[in-house]
Amino acid sequence: MTVPWAPEAPPQTQPITQNDDVVRSRQQVRTFAQQCGLSLVEQTKFITAASELARNTLVYGGGGEMRAGLVERHGRRGVAAVFADSGPGIPDTDLALTDGWTSGGGLGLGLSGARRLVDEFFLDTEVDRGTTVTIVKWAR
Amino acid sequence: MTERVPVLRIGDILLVSIQVDLEDQTVLDLQEDLADQIVARSARGVVIDITAVEIVDSFVGRMLATIASISRLLDAETVVVGMRPAVAITLVELGLSLGGVRTALDLEKGLALLRRSATGAELT
Ligand SMILES: Nc1ncnc2c1ncn2[C@@H]1O[C@H](COP(=O)(O)OP(=O)(O)OP(=O)(O)O)[C@@H](O)[C@H]1O
Ligand SMILES: [Mg+2]
Repeated sequence: MTVPWAPEAPPQTQPITQNDDVVRSRQQVRTFAQQCGLSLVEQTKFITAASELARNTLVYGGGGEMRAGLVERHGRRGVAAVFADSGPGIPDTDLALTDGWTSGGGLGLGLSGARRLVDEFFLDTEVDRGTTVTIVKWAR
Repeated sequence: MTERVPVLRIGDILLVSIQVDLEDQTVLDLQEDLADQIVARSARGVVIDITAVEIVDSFVGRMLATIASISRLLDAETVVVGMRPAVAITLVELGLSLGGVRTALDLEKGLALLRRSATGAELT
């Protein structure tokens, strides 16, 4: 998917290679979520989704990066974040998106929950190549 | 060198007030510290104040549930206080209803709840 980044503000890249990068990803996403005028509840949902995906990038993807910024489509503003890794990929995406399914010791709510918390969710993954998850939320 | 969340003691109650955006290791350390201190200080209750917490994701949510279970096994009760409305809405949509975790709207109500269940336990 091509992310419609807002022309006046280039997206920022945040490496995700250690634990505190998950905290940094949350903080960076919060700034953009506030800038584009999301309500407090919508901001909270988006930051929570980003937190889940950043952790997955670190834990399962073996590290990677997040690109986040403002987006614009047909005059509407929003926030987007793209989490990319070159890890093992996800063999069965339907299974991975099932509530409660985890290959590790998690609750299996990260991917499925994140999808519910945002307006747009794209999962692009290939075994042995890596995983990219894109999330978007639009201001009302 | 991750920082640790301070655990305060008021009588037989342990009080934890989360003030910063915690990284995962700090969350795990807190879980361990609380288990240790419940026993070391013979605590009857644990209050976790999340008034300042803007985000509770599945990791922190699981920690809250785990601390509640651990403290129950160690004969103490946990109450989570001060959850923001936006956090509650998000948790439910995420799929985490935290069924086993007792909550109260603020610190005062949380402490009252622990006091009540302490006297209740003596009567039975
Ligand atoms: N970036 C990724 N690379 C490879 N596998 C992944 C990636 N993200 C998720 N997965 C796989 O999808 C599964 C489901 O992910 P999800 O985030 O829903 O649950 P979890 O991380 O296991 O638990 P939780 O997030 O609830 O703590 C993971 O257990 C893992 O097998
Ligand atoms: Mg996860």
